[in-house]
Amino acid sequence: MPADGGIGASTKRREDVRFLTGTGNYTDDINVRGQAYVAFLRSDVAHGKINSVDTSAAAAMPGVVRVFTGADFEGVGGLPCGWCVTDKHGEPMQEPAHPVLAQGKVRHVGDAIAAVVAESPEQARDACEAIDVDIDELPAVVDMKAALVDGATKVHDDLTSNLCYDWGFVEENKGAVEEAIANAAHVTTLELRNNRLVANPMEPRVAIGDYNKAGDDSTLYTTSQNPHVIRLLMGAFVLGIPEHKLRVIAPDVGGGFGSKIFHYAEEAFCTFAAKAINRPVKWTSSRSEAFMSDAHGRDHVTKIELALDADNNFTAIRTETYANMGAYLSTFAPSVPTWLHGTLMAGNYKTPVIYVNVKAVFTNTVPVDAYRGAGRPEATFQLERVIDKAARELGVDPIALRRQNFVTQFPYATPVAVEYDTGDYNGTMDVLEKMADLSGFEARRKESEARGKLRGLGLNCYIEACGIAPSQLVGQLGARAGLYESATVRVNATGGIVVMTGSHSHGQGHETTFPQVIADMIGIDASMVEIEHGDTQNTPMGMGTYGSRSIAVGGSAMVRAAEKVINKARKIAAHLMEASDADVELKDGQFTVAGTDKSVAWGDVTLAAYVPHNYPLEDIEPGLEETAFYDPSNFTYPAGAYACEVEVDPETGKVEIQRFNAADDFGNIINPMIVDGQVHGGIGQGIGQALLENCAYDEDGQLLSASFMDYAMPRADDVPFYGVDHSSQTPCTHNPLGVKGCGEAGAIGSPPAVVNAVIDALQSGGHNVTHIDMPMSPSRVWAAMNG
Amino acid sequence: MATISMTVNGTPMSGEAEGRTLLSSFLRETLELTGTHVGCDTGQCGACTVHVNGKSVKSCNMLAMEADGAEVSTIEGQAGDDGNLSALQAAFQEHHGLQCGFCTPGMIMAAASLLEANPKPSEADVRKHLSGNLCRCTGYHNIVKAIMAASGQDVGAIAAE
Repeated sequence: MPADGGIGASTKRREDVRFLTGTGNYTDDINVRGQAYVAFLRSDVAHGKINSVDTSAAAAMPGVVRVFTGADFEGVGGLPCGWCVTDKHGEPMQEPAHPVLAQGKVRHVGDAIAAVVAESPEQARDACEAIDVDIDELPAVVDMKAALVDGATKVHDDLTSNLCYDWGFVEENKGAVEEAIANAAHVTTLELRNNRLVANPMEPRVAIGDYNKAGDDSTLYTTSQNPHVIRLLMGAFVLGIPEHKLRVIAPDVGGGFGSKIFHYAEEAFCTFAAKAINRPVKWTSSRSEAFMSDAHGRDHVTKIELALDADNNFTAIRTETYANMGAYLSTFAPSVPTWLHGTLMAGNYKTPVIYVNVKAVFTNTVPVDAYRGAGRPEATFQLERVIDKAARELGVDPIALRRQNFVTQFPYATPVAVEYDTGDYNGTMDVLEKMADLSGFEARRKESEARGKLRGLGLNCYIEACGIAPSQLVGQLGARAGLYESATVRVNATGGIVVMTGSHSHGQGHETTFPQVIADMIGIDASMVEIEHGDTQNTPMGMGTYGSRSIAVGGSAMVRAAEKVINKARKIAAHLMEASDADVELKDGQFTVAGTDKSVAWGDVTLAAYVPHNYPLEDIEPGLEETAFYDPSNFTYPAGAYACEVEVDPETGKVEIQRFNAADDFGNIINPMIVDGQVHGGIGQGIGQALLENCAYDEDGQLLSASFMDYAMPRADDVPFYGVDHSSQTPCTHNPLGVKGCGEAGAIGSPPAVVNAVIDALQSGGHNVTHIDMPMSPSRVWAAMNG
Repeated sequence: MATISMTVNGTPMSGEAEGRTLLSSFLRETLELTGTHVGCDTGQCGACTVHVNGKSVKSCNMLAMEADGAEVSTIEGQAGDDGNLSALQAAFQEHHGLQCGFCTPGMIMAAASLLEANPKPSEADVRKHLSGNLCRCTGYHNIVKAIMAASGQDVGAIAAE
């Protein structure tokens, strides 16, 4: 391994130095000379007909440059949806228009009606308040089932109903599932809600549009996880700007968790307005605005049935889910409850037949899209809750019931259309049982009980699908994009390397981990490798970072490009050593000829590539730079087993997490320290979902949780230290690094473990409680105990 | 507009600001010290934490005018004059106490205040002290660990309790 750390080293992060010294470059840290500031006037009602928008008083306010309304965007494209789901009858989903500024109607609290561009942000905000909007408030639909009743108020008048699609998966299995359930020895049924969440990366969204009239070029600085995707969507579908006239830069980005995947109206607005007024235009979201305009996550209502035979083998699973789309389709919203959810419903278990039904529903709420895990947490939550309930009903050990039904032979083709390449679910559970000291639980429970507390143990297993791919498959499933990743490996004359990746780092540490891989491949110090990302002008077209895909897909592209570089360098080395290519080996930064003492250093070869005096010009070109695009042949399938122990105060219903242990199988690991950190963060968010977080609307569609005063984010004193272990490793078989991805695991694996633990605690206290919806606030837990 | 002067990280600085200008905006926009971040508008997230006359404050909850004449310390002043990271900053790097880095300036400033008042804080002390600083990336594990390590405590055995 190179001195500075190759694959497997817990190399300290090089990006930390700028973040620790206040010298990061986040989008809001950028000011473009001459910029004006925009403030949006947003709807304060959930649903209404816009009669008029009078901007005359606002336009006369100090510092106001121009006021924009929906009328300015007539003829401009709407925000596109990147995935078209086909319903169970083979028909395409209903797809409403999504204007940049509201046209005729507002459809959720926060829907942007008008925008003021002014000399200062304060002047823009002041002038917004002077806009006179006449709106006839309409009845709002908030509850999904009510939205589907005949005669319900329609969110979009031009659609036939509030049903986006009714999806059945696999439709051909529906009859077999019905039969298996009818013939089952036992069926466990559970109805539950996966609470609506707000991703809340600590950095609010920011967009700066900049227009160069001389060249007719536009630049957008934005807080994005995937600048190339934004360039394509905004350029091609909204504003009609070809890619070569549009540059999108996502510099340091302060967290995303999915919410910064999507193309947002504010990005299009700033780019459009910068051209319209021929000045840079900057928008910085406030946190309250973020709650009303960032895509939300989750919000599923589900009934799940698990059928078992007389020996407790799973025989069938049937689910019926209502998935909230909100008022418009966010960029990838339709894929989340379908292809990212239904395909995961087999979990870690060999259930022969499964049927998943999902009704996606429009409501007068903020659009819902992918949030850390995206569909997979919803699938895992249902499955692992119903298994726990089944174990309790049958009087069997929940771990034994899981182990009995684990998939043990790989590859394994599930009845929900995916093929797990590798896994060792029993081995991972063995790790968990040991690290979590599950055999010591009863003693800990007695100790808790002696202090008047109820103690519970909750288990959870999860299977993930990361690195969404292949492009041809997802195209058949309705994706309107490819899902490859790209990298250019540029070797400089003196041997240093710049890797330009289409992946994007917003906390994941690519600037440290990607060089570890290159260092390992060539045998040089990782400090000789630099990573460029986030700017469409100097990176190849790439799809960005989400779905735990960076190392599995982006890393693989980088490996492929580096292999091309090494192959070419080997040819140059062979020429320099007057040897045959086939006899040349690269190790520790030295090319050698097998069976001889000939050698030439990496730096000598790279210099020869750019100073080709002694060089095989008749065979190969000078220079050393290669690009690769990698389109995976399958998803990767990380898996894990988690254990949570809670104490519940029977007097107050307050839940405290006492222990949380996570055993994960991520395949090969590049940087264990960073992997631990990813799991920690995911668990923190999962505990937040389970105990604290809830995005709440009232029946009129008012957003009740629109600030950190009302939306309970997990804080340092809400969580414990976590035990994390990833020694259970079954490498992925179809990517060159054998990696699986680790970004979402914690958020997928933790909520069911927490809920199962609380139910176990309550049951131990004699309370026959079988389910509590998240978040399990003290009032909900107390009510369940005293119900 | 009025002229506001303060000593920031040991250097006298001044600039023009409206009466309603927040200290956080003054630092970021007028003095161009963008290390101090703004993550919310209700004083909840703590990303904007700085020290004013030695006390930890959320700079979004203070008017720039209120800090006129004050000694202000920000994240930009935490490393040594030689550019080396402070012990606390180094511990955050050593223990991976940051990911996206957005909350980090506030975390460092809040933790520095804690360690000044309580040089050997317990885990509970650290967690309680950080309850006004939100982080969405780390689940707080490595932040708490880094702060305890910076105080000279052995954190090698930290795992699930």
